[in-house]
Amino acid sequence: MTTTTSILNLDGVTVSFDGFRALNDLSLQVDRGEMRAIIGPNGAGKTTMMDVITGKTRPDEGTVVFDGRHDLRRLDEASIAQLGIGRKFQKPTVFENLTVADNVLLALAGERGVFANLFSRRLRTAGEDVDRFLGIARLLDHRSRMAGDLSHGQKQWLEIAMLLAQDPKLLLVDEPVAGMTDAETDQTADLLREIAEVHSVVVVEHDMAFVRRLGVKVTVLHEGSVLAEGSLDHVSRNERVIDVYLGR
Amino acid sequence: MVARSDPRRLPRILSTWLASLVLILLGATAFAAAPAGGLTAEQLQRLGERNLQVVETAVADIAASGSPAALEVLRALQDGRLYRREADGVMLVAVRVGGVQLYSDPLASTTGEPLAEAEVTLVRVSNRIRRALSAVIASLSLDSEDPDVRFAAARQFIDSPDSALLEAIETALVDEADDRVRTALEVARAASIASDPGQSEEARSEAVDRLAAAGSSRARRVLLGMFIEEGSELATRRDAAVEVIDRNLARWQQVQNLWFGLSLGSVLLLAAMGLAITFGVMGVINMAHGEMIMIGAYTTFVVQGVLRGISPALAEVSLLIALPVAFLVAGLIGVFIERTVIRRLYSRPLETLLATWGISLILQQLVRTFFGASNQRVETPSWLAGSMEFGQIMITYNRLAILIFALVMLAAVILLLKKTALGLHIRAVTQNRKMAESMGIRSDRVDMLTFGLGSGIAGVAGVALSQIANVSPNLGQGYIIDSFMVIVFGGVGNLFGTLVGAMTLGITTQLVEPSLGAVAAKVLILVFIIIFIQFRPRGLFPQKGRAAE
Amino acid sequence: MITARLLSGRMTAWDVAFLLLLLALAMVVPLLNLVPAADSSFHVSAYMVSVLGKYLCYALLALAIDLVWGYCGILSLGHGAFFGLGGYAMGMHLMRNIDGRGVYGHPLLPDFMVFLNWDELPWYWLGFDLLPFALLMVVLAPGALAFLLGWFAFRSRVTGVYLSIVTQAMTFALMLAFFQNDLGFGGSDGLTDFRDLLGVSLTADGMRSGLFAASAIMLGLAYLACRLIVSSKLGRVLVGVRDAEARLRFLGYRAERFKLAVWTFSAMLAGIAGALYVPQVGIINPGEFAPAKSIEAVVWVAVGGRGFLVGGPIGAVVVNAFKTFFTGNFADYWLFFLGGLFVFVTLFLPQGLFGWARDRLAARKGGGVR
Repeated sequence: MTTTTSILNLDGVTVSFDGFRALNDLSLQVDRGEMRAIIGPNGAGKTTMMDVITGKTRPDEGTVVFDGRHDLRRLDEASIAQLGIGRKFQKPTVFENLTVADNVLLALAGERGVFANLFSRRLRTAGEDVDRFLGIARLLDHRSRMAGDLSHGQKQWLEIAMLLAQDPKLLLVDEPVAGMTDAETDQTADLLREIAEVHSVVVVEHDMAFVRRLGVKVTVLHEGSVLAEGSLDHVSRNERVIDVYLGR
Repeated sequence: MVARSDPRRLPRILSTWLASLVLILLGATAFAAAPAGGLTAEQLQRLGERNLQVVETAVADIAASGSPAALEVLRALQDGRLYRREADGVMLVAVRVGGVQLYSDPLASTTGEPLAEAEVTLVRVSNRIRRALSAVIASLSLDSEDPDVRFAAARQFIDSPDSALLEAIETALVDEADDRVRTALEVARAASIASDPGQSEEARSEAVDRLAAAGSSRARRVLLGMFIEEGSELATRRDAAVEVIDRNLARWQQVQNLWFGLSLGSVLLLAAMGLAITFGVMGVINMAHGEMIMIGAYTTFVVQGVLRGISPALAEVSLLIALPVAFLVAGLIGVFIERTVIRRLYSRPLETLLATWGISLILQQLVRTFFGASNQRVETPSWLAGSMEFGQIMITYNRLAILIFALVMLAAVILLLKKTALGLHIRAVTQNRKMAESMGIRSDRVDMLTFGLGSGIAGVAGVALSQIANVSPNLGQGYIIDSFMVIVFGGVGNLFGTLVGAMTLGITTQLVEPSLGAVAAKVLILVFIIIFIQFRPRGLFPQKGRAAE
Repeated sequence: MITARLLSGRMTAWDVAFLLLLLALAMVVPLLNLVPAADSSFHVSAYMVSVLGKYLCYALLALAIDLVWGYCGILSLGHGAFFGLGGYAMGMHLMRNIDGRGVYGHPLLPDFMVFLNWDELPWYWLGFDLLPFALLMVVLAPGALAFLLGWFAFRSRVTGVYLSIVTQAMTFALMLAFFQNDLGFGGSDGLTDFRDLLGVSLTADGMRSGLFAASAIMLGLAYLACRLIVSSKLGRVLVGVRDAEARLRFLGYRAERFKLAVWTFSAMLAGIAGALYVPQVGIINPGEFAPAKSIEAVVWVAVGGRGFLVGGPIGAVVVNAFKTFFTGNFADYWLFFLGGLFVFVTLFLPQGLFGWARDRLAARKGGGVR
């Protein structure tokens, strides 16, 4: 299944926990440079899908191919991240006992080996790079604060800054605007659109206004497989989507 | 009789003489019931004489008296429980009840009374008399109402086969209804035939086969003790029979190891059960868990001391009383620890480990200060003493009781978890603490009760383990690492896993031990678990789903 | 020069003070032992030198534990195993140095082997007559064991209390094994009756002072190395491992490799501590592998304060000074005290003595500025 245009290709992926099928013959294709929004009710398998792509969960069946040639089923989280897949978690997870700048420093691409890190000179030389990403995330003023002291929204942004610092080919973003104010939500949508100009992005989100603002192709998941796909307007008219998710 | 220089000849002749005497006696009892006063105090007193011949005659007289007390007196003499009261020279039989020596006059139907050591003298017997006693007691016993006594007598005949006893055995076989005694008597008959060079070659061969079929180490000893001409056909047959028995015994050895394994597994299960619950629910390792077991054992010791002060007869039920007391004592200490220390360390499991280790040091030193560092003697009630035979192996009652007790405890705890409100809450908190809290379960209260429950179970385990372990302040230390291994192996928060883990480790240890030695077996098990955990980091039966993250 | 540049800006005033103190100790204590007359009030007795030297070895062990516990979140309950292995490696060299002067006068075999009727030296005793080889084993033996255990455990993501239990089982297994006579390490008596090192008697004043100075310098060097590690970018990664291992993996770091490297290094430091300890106390036996010893060492770190590097050594010296005092005067109360210390420190001094003192100082300064 090698297509030069798709960055991510899931085919017939099935995952069961204790007999419960979290993913059921799920097939999904994301094109290079595309931004895709994934919506669906709780338990539809959104997070499990992210886990499968990032190597946290192994699928029972099906294939997961990245960039047309990497079989992600065989790789662990670190290898997959090194291939160029970045992930932002639903609940913001940053290194709370490091400064904001150090968080971004750790995320900067390159230097993943033990000795490379021991003898790294980046503590002194990487300031500009770090500041660039902090600037994008509007956290420059907080660079020396402990990440644990940031507000919830700021942590979300810090995670996005880290994601960008990783310079991944594909970004997986899980509910980026949960707990954000309307203004922050709008800013985030703008930022994601900006990012999508140079990266492929998969966004999982509940917030319909946010998804609408993104204005991209939408995939609706239900009970572990794809229910509908297309523009938001298109899927909003789908009877079954209305039944299981949007409600009448 | 083949005239041959035989070191066993003297006792053989003696026992032959005694056995004939028994035969006369058997015949005599057929005619008339023994006179009521057949046994006199004077006869008994003669047992204490220095002159061996006088004692021998006295033994024979007492055996011939037909009195029901005869057997009791002769047994007491053989076991070193027959005493002479200094004041009046009356012979007394001593019985130990609950750690106290009680003396009673076999001729009077009075209950026993405790006496000072200086008031009585032990009647000592020479080896010669002791040998004679065995045969006499065995013969007397064959006539007993109690099948156990008859069985023991038949055993005695197998152990010292004698052609002169053959007739008595045959006679006894005619009326014997009890299968177990019957089989033993048949083997005894085979033993006496096989051991008698005067019997025909054919009869002896048949007897050898019968002994081989018995398959016991007793039969093997008889076979090896036979007088046989080297190279004869009988000798070949005998050697083959010994080989059959050896193979049989080797198989039973495996059964024996399996039994030891189950027994060790039940001990591990008892020790680990409480730990499994607290670890499963609270995610904390209680390093003082072993000390809870130790406290349970000391509670048993104290309870027994108190009961002995009330009445010696209560010794028999002391363990049953100690069980709830130990549960309460250890459980309350557990609740206290949870309230004062563990609760403040919530979500810091590694620190909890250190703090509870500190508590274990304090508890050990407390017990050492109050009770001393040496081992304390915990009494075994008579219903737990002794053993039974299962095929060719011995099963001691205390180990069997611990196995049963461990399984009953497991069942009780599982029932508690499944059927009670507390159990429901415990399971809920184990699976998803946050969710349980949002549904109105007071998880801090659940923590406290769980910790108390786990500690209480450890205390109860201590009562059981006091029967087989040295009750010292270090008692708990011996169990703590093993308990961890069981839990790591079986998986957390899953009592079935604890059972499987305990039994697997117990049986593996005991199966490996004979060939490698105890220490190497233990090291091997530890290494095995260290490797095992690499492949199954959450144990054999891990918790599944999102909650396991 | 390079070191100086590497460390510039990475050292706090505390670090400098600690290193200067060690340097001073390394010079002053031997001087006070060797120069003043025995009845002078400035004289430090040979016994005292050994006791202080022992404390420094414990301090090094505590430093090793703090590196993995304070910075990687690995609570090792088995560092005594690495300490013991290093000690045994040194002990084996010292045994070989007895060289025919044992009770049985065997030219090659240590006394306990003669006693067991062994004819020849087991293969794993070969080479230990050479000090460089023995010193190599001092770091290699614990390093290899740590690497092996760590490689398995970290790869399988055994963490938290599970890992602690595994390390405890490891040292327990070693203890049982070393108690065996047939293993060839002297059984329960261990290795003792040492004579000399580098041709100098172990009881000579110069030797004791030399070992003390070596311990102080070694502790200083190890401290520098640890500081280098934790203040580098690697140190940031380690904090990431400690606080959010999964997150770090999604950034592309193989957390297990980082843990393995630091864990193995820490075991080697513990081995060096054991090797310096043995000639100063004159014996090594399986008791060093007892789980209780390892846990006690963890408490030194907890008492001193973990995650500062300097806390471990402080805790080791403070607790052992108390131990010397108690066992000399109120032996029965030592366990009460030690147990109470475990509980008190975890409940009320989560940052240990050092963290507490530092916060108090900072608070006072802050008050002054206002």
